[in-house]
Amino acid sequence: MDLNFTGTDVCAVNGTQSAPEATYDLVVIGAGPSGITAAIEAAASGASVLLVDENPVSGALMGNDTPLYFGGRMTAATQNTDRMLEVIFMSMPDLEKAMDAGVELLLGTTAWGVYRNGPGVQSLPEQVVGLADAERSWLVGFDRIVLATGARDLAIAFPGWNQPGVMGAAALQMLLSRYGAFSGRRIAILGSHDLALETAILAVAHGLDVAGLVEVRDAPQGDAALINKITSAGIAIYYGQSIAASKGGLDGIESITLTDGTNIACDTVCVAIGLVPSIELVDAMHGPRALDPARGGYIPAGEPNVTAVGLCAGLPDTGFDHVAYRMDWVRAALRVNAPDTIICQCEEVTLADLIGIQPPNYLPRPAAIQARSLDTLLNDGPANPDQIKRLTRSGMGVCQGRRCRDQVAMMLAIESDKPFGTIPLASHRAPVRPLPLKILAEWDEPAAMDAAWDVWFGIPTQWVPVEDIGTEYQDAHREMLYTGMYT
Amino acid sequence: MSGSEVVIVGGGVTGLSAGWWLAKSGVKVTVLDKFIVGWEASGRNGGGASHYSSPLFDEEQRLWPQMDALLGYPTEHQKGRILIAMTERQWDQYRFIAERHTRLNHPVELLDVKQVQEAVPLAGDNCFGGVHYKFGGHANPQRTVQAYAWALQDLGGKIIQHSPVTGFETAGGKVTAVKTGNATYGCDAVVVAAGPQIPQLMAQLGVDVPLAAARAEMIITEPAPMMPLGGVDGHKIYGRQTLRGNLAYGGGPHEWLDVDADGPAARPSTPLARNLAKRVAELLPKAAHLNVIRSWAGVIENSPDGRPIIDRLTSPDNVVVASMSSVGFGLSPASGHAIRDLVIDGACSFTNIDLLKLSRFDGLEKDWREKRGWMPIA
Repeated sequence: MDLNFTGTDVCAVNGTQSAPEATYDLVVIGAGPSGITAAIEAAASGASVLLVDENPVSGALMGNDTPLYFGGRMTAATQNTDRMLEVIFMSMPDLEKAMDAGVELLLGTTAWGVYRNGPGVQSLPEQVVGLADAERSWLVGFDRIVLATGARDLAIAFPGWNQPGVMGAAALQMLLSRYGAFSGRRIAILGSHDLALETAILAVAHGLDVAGLVEVRDAPQGDAALINKITSAGIAIYYGQSIAASKGGLDGIESITLTDGTNIACDTVCVAIGLVPSIELVDAMHGPRALDPARGGYIPAGEPNVTAVGLCAGLPDTGFDHVAYRMDWVRAALRVNAPDTIICQCEEVTLADLIGIQPPNYLPRPAAIQARSLDTLLNDGPANPDQIKRLTRSGMGVCQGRRCRDQVAMMLAIESDKPFGTIPLASHRAPVRPLPLKILAEWDEPAAMDAAWDVWFGIPTQWVPVEDIGTEYQDAHREMLYTGMYT
Repeated sequence: MSGSEVVIVGGGVTGLSAGWWLAKSGVKVTVLDKFIVGWEASGRNGGGASHYSSPLFDEEQRLWPQMDALLGYPTEHQKGRILIAMTERQWDQYRFIAERHTRLNHPVELLDVKQVQEAVPLAGDNCFGGVHYKFGGHANPQRTVQAYAWALQDLGGKIIQHSPVTGFETAGGKVTAVKTGNATYGCDAVVVAAGPQIPQLMAQLGVDVPLAAARAEMIITEPAPMMPLGGVDGHKIYGRQTLRGNLAYGGGPHEWLDVDADGPAARPSTPLARNLAKRVAELLPKAAHLNVIRSWAGVIENSPDGRPIIDRLTSPDNVVVASMSSVGFGLSPASGHAIRDLVIDGACSFTNIDLLKLSRFDGLEKDWREKRGWMPIA
């Protein structure tokens, strides 16, 4: 049985992939105000427009702090998807305007990947967005894409932060303003920049107790008018403080203790130190992005057919250096947090193990590995968060690093005594939202895909056992396992 | 060779293992890597360690159970694998493979559906049966690569990262130094284990090494409850349950690429993740609800017959070239040993690796890639 090369590799990907189910002139990802505006404008000019938004996300995803840091403080109402959908429509009348303008709208639909040809891939039939709802996933083609994915919560660890009731400001605002489904009563807020101040004002407006604001710096950070509103409402701001300890029970946080010993009773700690533009899709599609400390971190650098709008394009530039501010919080956390403070909640990576570059606790730690640390690793080259991920598993969990990736990068900058901007951004990978196998699966794949499918390259000579070469078994092996290949 | 200096080009799993073996023999080793150790295919693969088609198989099997102790760092090596048939055709094929193992005295056992489910509780009753390999296994590629690198350093070897090799200095029929952008490293011998970049590097020495690069992809799920047997293949996919519980799976069509001298420009994954997800959900139906949390791609090279090239050149005669032809991770304990032997003794001490000689491609047609259809998409 001779190999007969035909000029075609039947196991190559060429021509095997499915075409998108539909193609639009414009796909807008995120149906917040900016996304809706972009969709309506494009539809008005005659373009075919698809507008998708992942909300309402499932209760299970919210429980995994995806896409925002909900901290388990959503009420049971968030388990009712139909009711959530209704509430979204009621709270956003512009959605109906978009539909009237001819925009195709899909709520509860996640954009989990954007794929196009470029360096390292030329096999895609066309550029596509991967979408998924509660039932299935599919691909749609696009000429242009608008990313209106907003901004996500920034988390910074403190002792006991890994319990219910610790959450982010964007999550709190969503639960209060959109859904009316926040289960806490008394909130301590970290930060005193605009995000923290606005969150406090919103909480008060919803009849909640704000137990105080905690500010790591020695002076208020936000807009003076907002500060006035807070202080005139009788809300204390604790300056030069961070959380030194916390207490909790089955329902989570019950109180926090500041570094000066002040004790604050609360059922919720809202981390309102900052928001991070949601650039997961941009990074996963290898799109250009740039660090802009005044706009909240890495933001899309823009491409002719990829536009970012709203908070995804960056927080409003007020001249405030968000990165420097966050770094101050992380420095304070590094001073206060005990070595056993969990940094990566999904993988239960402690501060000591992160800085020690130690393996997870289900692996042995022989003497040689205990002698290794971030310091010894830095002798070999600058810190790379993806390498730290591989070794410690921080950021490898089901929340996809949303709770720890930013603080880990800042810790690496501080521990290696380098500016934040020199630390590479830990890679984002599709699917940028956790997606069950059965949803992600392409159940009705093209026959060409199955025909080309081999466990590896389908090279017959690669796997003939060495003892069998030149024997009767060689042909039997090829016939049994590689029928039709190369012949 | 004790006290001599060997420069290894490429800090992947093959180069690092070779460096570790050489350092154990008292050689002064310097590994040069273009970026970070194990950043390409060595850290982006299925972690399988059961390569019975290779002349290095016996040594692979002998070494893996000892690697944690030998290296001093955990590799997450786990013994045994299972091949689960999801179609009648696969069941015929897998039993054929099982018979072949039995003939060669590799311990295997045929499992019925119930036994498959006992070993692999995430499997369903929709399978035809399984073949349990009581040999082979799997390990964590990223942890293993770092273990080699650290063990090599512990023996006095040097790892120079972020240093792409730009060329060689030669004199008297030998390579006398390896050059990077910043420095020149004098050497008594060189190992070129630079994966897809081998052809460009070796061309500088006037040696043609026929290799073609391609991209392949994997997906990984959130953790599942630990199964008695984590090395689960079949249904034309390969993968493993990590010791954390995640299911990491690959397989399916590849895309041929051209790789620049400085390595792959990018390693993008594609919607192939969906086709992988389908097959994982079919192979392990009780895992179908698990979230996929990442996908990734790696770039690997293949020789024209898909077998490794491990050879010491005749000119320059102090160069060993090593490409594992897309199957390098699991064989790395043995490939490093073979490379060590070639560098120090000129011949492999533990098995016959004539099959892996570069000279088998003497007279290879110039259009070998075109003939095989191994060309990038235009």
